[in-house]
Amino acid sequence: MAATTGTAPAVQPLDRQAMLKEAGATGLVIFALAFGLLGFRTLDVPGGIDIQYRFGDVAAAVVIGILGRIALILLREHRPLPVLLTTAPLAVVLLVMLLAKFLFGPETGAELMRFLPFESLVVMWAILIVIVVLALRAARSQTHIASEMTVEDRDARMDRIGAKVQRAARRLGPVLLGIAIIFPFLPFADRRLLDIGILVVTYIMLGWGLNIVVGLAGLLDLGYVAFYAVGAYSFALLATGLDVSFWVALPFAGLMAASAGVLLGFPVLRLRGDYLAIVTLGFGEMIRIILLNWYEFTNGPDGISGIPRPSFFGLAVFKRSVTEGHTFHEMFGLQFTPIHRIIFMFYLILALALVVNLFTMRIRKLPVGRAWEALREDETACRSLGINPRNTKLTAFGIGAMFAGFAGSFFATRQGFISPESFVFTESAVILAIVVLGGFGSQIGVVIAAVLLIGLPEFFRELQQYRMLAFGMAMVLIMLWRPAGLLAHREPTIRLFGKGAAKEAEP
Amino acid sequence: MSAETAIAEGATSPDLLGPIPGGGEAQLTVEHLTMRFGGLVAIDDVSFQAADARITAIIGPNGAGKTTVFNCLTGFYKPTVGRLALHHPKGEFLLERIEGFRTAQAAGVARTFQNIRLFPRMTVLENLIVAQHNKLMRASGYTVLGLFGLKRYREAEEKAVELARYWLDRTLLTKAADQEAGNLPYGDQRRLEVARAMCTEPVLLCLDEPAAGLNPRESQVLNELLLFIRDEHKMGILLIEHDMSVVMGISDHIVVLDYGRKISDGTPEQVRNDPAVIRAYLGEDEEDEPAGETAAGPESAAREGEERDA
Amino acid sequence: MQNTFAYFLDQLINGLTLGSIYGLIAIGYTMVYGIIGMINFAHGEIFMIGAFISIITFLILGLAGITWVPLALLIVLIAAMVFTSIYGWALERVAYRPLRGSPRLAALITAIGMSIFLQNYVQLLQSARNKPMQPVISGGVEVMRDGDYVVSLGFMQGIIIVLTIVLMVIFSLMIARTTLGRAQRACEQDRDMAALIGVNVDRTISLTFVIGATLASVAGMMFLLYYGVIDFFIGFLAGIKAFTAAVLGGIGSLPGAMLGGLLIGLIEAFWSGYFTVEYKDVAAFSILVLVLIFRPSGLLGKPDIEKV
Repeated sequence: MAATTGTAPAVQPLDRQAMLKEAGATGLVIFALAFGLLGFRTLDVPGGIDIQYRFGDVAAAVVIGILGRIALILLREHRPLPVLLTTAPLAVVLLVMLLAKFLFGPETGAELMRFLPFESLVVMWAILIVIVVLALRAARSQTHIASEMTVEDRDARMDRIGAKVQRAARRLGPVLLGIAIIFPFLPFADRRLLDIGILVVTYIMLGWGLNIVVGLAGLLDLGYVAFYAVGAYSFALLATGLDVSFWVALPFAGLMAASAGVLLGFPVLRLRGDYLAIVTLGFGEMIRIILLNWYEFTNGPDGISGIPRPSFFGLAVFKRSVTEGHTFHEMFGLQFTPIHRIIFMFYLILALALVVNLFTMRIRKLPVGRAWEALREDETACRSLGINPRNTKLTAFGIGAMFAGFAGSFFATRQGFISPESFVFTESAVILAIVVLGGFGSQIGVVIAAVLLIGLPEFFRELQQYRMLAFGMAMVLIMLWRPAGLLAHREPTIRLFGKGAAKEAEP
Repeated sequence: MSAETAIAEGATSPDLLGPIPGGGEAQLTVEHLTMRFGGLVAIDDVSFQAADARITAIIGPNGAGKTTVFNCLTGFYKPTVGRLALHHPKGEFLLERIEGFRTAQAAGVARTFQNIRLFPRMTVLENLIVAQHNKLMRASGYTVLGLFGLKRYREAEEKAVELARYWLDRTLLTKAADQEAGNLPYGDQRRLEVARAMCTEPVLLCLDEPAAGLNPRESQVLNELLLFIRDEHKMGILLIEHDMSVVMGISDHIVVLDYGRKISDGTPEQVRNDPAVIRAYLGEDEEDEPAGETAAGPESAAREGEERDA
Repeated sequence: MQNTFAYFLDQLINGLTLGSIYGLIAIGYTMVYGIIGMINFAHGEIFMIGAFISIITFLILGLAGITWVPLALLIVLIAAMVFTSIYGWALERVAYRPLRGSPRLAALITAIGMSIFLQNYVQLLQSARNKPMQPVISGGVEVMRDGDYVVSLGFMQGIIIVLTIVLMVIFSLMIARTTLGRAQRACEQDRDMAALIGVNVDRTISLTFVIGATLASVAGMMFLLYYGVIDFFIGFLAGIKAFTAAVLGGIGSLPGAMLGGLLIGLIEAFWSGYFTVEYKDVAAFSILVLVLIFRPSGLLGKPDIEKV
């Protein structure tokens, strides 16, 4: 975070001593941070734990930290050339080493890999990305004598990008939807890809649902997964216990989740934002504990299995053969294949997600949607205008919970089995990360973020273990860089002069 | 209902006897208003009346309890003691019994804030539409009908835009209608807050230092706006203000508070010549100098002093 | 058995021990809240890191052959305090300081992000498994005997309670007597004014985080000694409970945090002893909600008046 000045940079003599001092301090802090937890690894051995040393890694971390700090100082002091000259070749070398196994075959690849400081490929890739970013920044300030941007400039620029993305989304939206609709019939869409597709769309739906609560109403809900769980369990219990069909149980599960939201929200929504956050965090955990321990009702940690699959709108079922009623493939004269059901599932979640999206776009232009946004901006002012803050927040909370409940029902019927394992805090965190990364209130942002955060790790297994680490870091970095969220841009819900006039007015 | 009948109905304070300075029918009757926070007495037994279609200013040094009076009137605080009766076309409202958002919703008391409180990331027009929330909520069938795009709601929204447009024109903000409120110049934000309060279609308008931070020209525009609201809309306005040019220029009636007590009450002429007011502002009593006095205090007091000499 | 006084006494001792741990963590929440008005969600993770540094130090000492318990304890205590406090410092410096003055939601999300990051950082470096440790201190004093039922105050429990009291005394004196304490109280009341009269606000806030982290690291070490097993996830629940303690005592109030911690510990112990162990965490959460509804300013906190 370099100092921000509006004027053109004047290159001043470099204070080497101060620079080394600063870099040394960074190295010292990194050493202290890394020494305990990175330097020693507790190993699980029979009968206790043992310890393993990784001082090499600590040294590598310290060196990288010092060099990185020096690079940042040089950039800050407008001396990009040395940074560029070191980082660019380094980036190339690192890239070649990482790709060696594709370029020169596996043996040479493995040989070269041994020179890398960290074992993990992901860490090395992360370091590569940092180096590339440094190189790009250096290259930029080498060619542009531009002054550094202020925070406001940056925010305005990101807002324009966000606006562009949203405008493009309006045109691209139908195209994307079209792709999503023909997706199951594309030649490469095998079962695995379809499953990933279903997962991604589920998270898109959850992201859109949470976006109502966090993005529009500005209420930080850290226990969103609790409503997802309530929906899933309501659905599962209804479907297995009372034999209620999917199409009846679905709205009921949504209703249950909404009631849970209202019940929790009623006492706590008048509290300040951070209290609400921790109460919802606690609530998410408590729901999980109750699900774990209430054996008679939830079957405890064993979960509920044998949840029936949805039928084709009650007309036919996705089975090879049935004793009564119709099967889907006979009805349409097709060959039986289990993929029919998967495709149906995909369309089902797509439809549910679209309902959430349409709902959100509509409600933003209604009084209650505007009141949510107004409450996010200034609750005191809202009260002075006669807006009931509690009820307004409750609707946001309840509606968000309802959509989570729908998604939960879908999850239950897709898996056929649910247990408390699926509803841990991590899930809430993932959904929140999607919303934050996408930008509060940005519908297309959620789609992009869900594809990146859910789709990619599904493809690249090694990324999985670093997933949450990266999510946490991304949340912090985005908030530091642009507190409104990466692609956040707010389109007015109503205009006096229409769109054309607005564009003219803009410089 | 006249001021006399209001008193006859059970007013006990001698402050409320006689006609309201500056004329007009009583719209707001404040009796024995007291507000304590723990051991601190912020307002101590204050009674006054404010008239319909008149501008009533509440002035006093910093910390005199002016904003606290506003907070009691607008439902932000529940007064410890006191009767706050508002004469409303629908009947009489006892404001001390109404709390929170209901004061604005049911009794029609609108207010602005000392530190501007707009919805900065919403547009100017949206700010004014949000102000018409309750009306639009009903028209949208509490959201349900609105979701299906019913005609009734669309018409109501158009009407709301018309009202917003009316106030935009009056506050000279029409051109900025589609801009983010937070990006407006300071003076425009002040006027927008007044416009937003007016869009709630109130019966009583409470303005907390609307001229603070305005330059003389902006101040003049604001004065004209307030006089327009008073004269054309026959609206009672309650005003807290430090800027004496505004207070003396447009008020019909002035109530002076000091240390939570009412020390003077009358027309601008009467208040200007009241020795108690001059004492409060100049702090003649050496031991008893008001704490945290700002530049506005002595300055305006000095001006008053000159006027008295003249 | 559940009806005897001995059983009651046993729960009381457990509750006080547990309460000491919660209290020490709660102080960190309450101090940070007092000075910058935000909930440091990552504070539970700092506690967890303290526990991990403690277990690593114990293992190293074991390998180095230092087995005299008092010395080992002292070294572990110092190591945990030093290394954990750097995490506290870095947390504030990297994540919170740049966000001072930005919207509340942004600061909250940063704190959550930091909490997720630290949790997974430790999980990645130290694996997700439970980390058990042989008991270091065993034995105790028999307090009471009721038939076959022996109530004893373990040396460990004794150490935890005494150490907590000692730390609390030192800490209270520090806040009341030293320049740092004065600077801290000044920043709590009005940060801009404090800066004007020459208080180094940045340093004061940094030190607040360092102190909070130090106390949390001691709590982490105690947790390790008491339960004998830790994992990367312990900071989550302990964090929620300690926060509950801070709210119960009145957030912003230091004696409140300690009192709240003791109460939460006692409630949890008695709940487990007399009702069900499974729902002890639900009890803590219910208390949080009840306090927030009926007495948001807590037991010892000052009610805050909304300024309009």
